Amino acid sequence: MNERERIATERAAWENEDVAAFARRRPERRERFHTFSGEELERLYTPADVEIDYSRDLGYPGRYPFTRGPYPTMYRAQPWTMRQIAGYGTAADTNERFRFLIAQGQTGLSVDFDMPTLMGYDSDDPRSEGEVGREGVAIDTLDDLDELFRGIELDKISVSMTINPTAWILLAMYVALAQERGIPLDRLSGTVQNDIIKEYVAQKEWIYPPRPAMRIVRDTILYSTKHMPHYNPVNVSGYHIREAGATAAQEVAFTLAAGKAYVEEVIAAGGNVDDFAPRLSFFFVSQIDFLEEVAKFRAARRIWARTMKEKYGAKKAESMRLRFHCQTAGASCTAREPLNNIVRTTIEALAAVLGGAQSLHTNGYDEALSIPSETAMKIALRTQQIILEESGVAGTIDPLGGSYAVEALTNRIEQRVNEYFEQIDERGGTIACVEQGWLQQEIADAAFDLARKKDAHEFEFVGVTKYRDENGKMPSLDLHAIDPAWERNQIERLRRTKAERDQSAVAAALERLVRAAKDERENLMPYTIDAVKARATGGEIVNALVPLFGRYKELAIF
Amino acid sequence: MMSMPTQTFRIVVAKPGLDGHDRGAKIVARALRDAGMEVIYTGLHQTPEEIVETAIQEDADVIGVSILSGAHMTVFPKIFALLRERGADDIVVIAGGVIQAEDVPKLQEMGVAAVYDAEQPLQALVDAVTQHATERRARLGL
Repeated sequence: MNERERIATERAAWENEDVAAFARRRPERRERFHTFSGEELERLYTPADVEIDYSRDLGYPGRYPFTRGPYPTMYRAQPWTMRQIAGYGTAADTNERFRFLIAQGQTGLSVDFDMPTLMGYDSDDPRSEGEVGREGVAIDTLDDLDELFRGIELDKISVSMTINPTAWILLAMYVALAQERGIPLDRLSGTVQNDIIKEYVAQKEWIYPPRPAMRIVRDTILYSTKHMPHYNPVNVSGYHIREAGATAAQEVAFTLAAGKAYVEEVIAAGGNVDDFAPRLSFFFVSQIDFLEEVAKFRAARRIWARTMKEKYGAKKAESMRLRFHCQTAGASCTAREPLNNIVRTTIEALAAVLGGAQSLHTNGYDEALSIPSETAMKIALRTQQIILEESGVAGTIDPLGGSYAVEALTNRIEQRVNEYFEQIDERGGTIACVEQGWLQQEIADAAFDLARKKDAHEFEFVGVTKYRDENGKMPSLDLHAIDPAWERNQIERLRRTKAERDQSAVAAALERLVRAAKDERENLMPYTIDAVKARATGGEIVNALVPLFGRYKELAIF
Repeated sequence: MMSMPTQTFRIVVAKPGLDGHDRGAKIVARALRDAGMEVIYTGLHQTPEEIVETAIQEDADVIGVSILSGAHMTVFPKIFALLRERGADDIVVIAGGVIQAEDVPKLQEMGVAAVYDAEQPLQALVDAVTQHATERRARLGL
C-alpha cells in the first residue's frame, strides 16, 4: 500500500467512525457546502484528495509553470503596487485627487474616465449630457491629458488607464504628451486596459464591431512592443466578466480565451510571440470566497504558462509568466450598512495578496453608493498598507501553497477552464463565440443562477439577506459630491481648445488616419498620434473611422 | 391606436444612457419572463426617445428603467415629458439600479411608481410589477 492509499483508508475510517458518530449528535449546518461559484467543498482535504506532482504542477516562484508566483522573491523584494483608481470631473479635479493619493503613499496611478470619454463621445455631444465627469474624468483632447498629469513625472510613476474602445486614442495622447514633455518613450511604464473582447462580453463599452476593433488592439500591441518596452499595451480583464455574474472558472476561462485571441491576432500580423507576449498583462477581481480566489489566481498563472508554452511555442519565460492587477469586488459591497464593506474588502485584498497579485485596488466602503469619497479611499489604501506592513503575510512566498484544500481547488479551476477552452475551440474560437453571443449567454445564465440562490438564501449577505436590521440608521457618510459645474467647465475647455487649434491641420491629420485605416497592413498609432497633437478630439477621431469600420450592434441577450 | 390587450402583462426593460451595467436589468428581465410576463429588453445605450418609442410600439404596461451611472436625474424627466407628449403617461415607470436615497422622493414626485436596488429579493420586484400592471389595466378598463 502506498502513502496515498494508506491515507485514503484512514480517511474512510475517520468518516465512518468519528464523523458519523459526531454528526449524529451535532448535524452539520448544511447538507452540502459550496464555494461562491457553486463548486462543491468537501469536508476535509487530505494528500489523497489532491493529485499533485510538485515539480511539474507547482515548482518555484519565477519558474515555469509559475503557480507559486511570477517572480523569484515576490513581495520580499517588491511589494505589490498600491494603485487606487481615481477620476471625476475635469482633469484639474482628478489631478488634485492624484496628488492626495501620492501624498498618502500610493505607488502607482490609475485613471478612471467618464462614460463619454470611454465611448468616444466628446463632452459637448448630446449623448454626453448628464454624464460628463460623473463616473470618471472627462478627457476630450491632449490639453486635458496634459492638465490631468500636471506636476506628475511620467517617467517616474507608472500610470494605468482604464479605457477600451477608445484606448488607442488615449495611448496616442499619452505618447504625444511624453514627446511634448521631452520624455523618451522607453522611460514610460504603465498599462492601458485596451481589452476590447471583454467589452462585448461584459463591460459593454464599444464603438466598432469586433473585427476592426481587434485590428486596433493589434496596432497598439505592435506599436508599444517596438517603442515602449516597459509599457503594457493590453490588460486582459476578468474583473468585469466576474462582476457581470460569471463564476471563478468562467472569469479565468473567458479572460485567458481573450488573451489567446490577442496572441493569435498579433502572430497573424507577423508578430513573434516572444517579442510581445512578455508585455501582456492581466486583471482579475478578488471576490469574497477567500480560498476559491487564492486558488483561482494560482490556477490562472499555471494555465497561461502551459498555454503559451504548449500552444504558442513561447520560448522565453517572460512570455509564459502571467502578471496581474487585482481589484476587490464591487459586486460584493452592499449599500446597506456600508461600513461592513471595509471588512469584505479586507478579506478580498488578503486573497489577492496570498494569490500573488502585482498591483491592487481596494474598493471604498461607499462603492455600492457612489464613486469613492476621499475618506473611503484613504481607508481602502490603509487596508493594503496594514496587510503589507503589519499582517506578516508578505514575508514568505505563496504561503497557502501546499494547503490540500487550496491545491484541490486550484486543480478544479484548471480542469474547468480547460473544459471551457475546448468548448470555445469547438465553436470556432473566442471572437466567433463573442459574435454568436455564447459567452454573453453563459455569463447571463450564471448571474441569474446566483440571483436565484441569493433569493433562496443558499448564499447569505450579512446585513442584507441575513441579520437585516430594518430599523438600523444609515451612518452619515460624507459621499462624493457631484458638481454640476464640471460639465459646463469641461465643455468650455473643449471650446477653447477647438478655437485655438489649426483647423486645417486637424482635417489633414484625420484624412491621413482614414487613408491608413483602409490599408489593413498599416498601423493606426502614428497617424492617431499626429491627430491628437493637432488637437483633434477623441470624438472626431472616432467618428472619422465610423464610415469605414461601422458601429457595433449589440445582441440583447438575457 | 391601442392594439388588443392580452392577458399577459407586457414589460419593457430599458437601459438608458451610456451606462453598461446590465447585469441587474438582465436578471430582472429573466425573472419577469419566468413569472409569465412578455418581456422586451431594449439592450444598452438607449435614448429616452428610443425607450418611449419602444414602450408605445410594444404596448407596454410597465417600463423598468435600469440605471447605475448616476444620470437618473437627467434621464427620468425626459422619459416622463416624452410619455406625456405622446399621450402614453398611463404606462407605469419603475426605476432600478444605484439611486441615492435622497433622490428617491424626487423620482417619486416625478411619477416613478417604485425604486428598486439589488438588495431587494427578486420576488418582491416581480410582485410589485404584477401589482402595478394589474392596477394600470383596471384604471384603463382593460
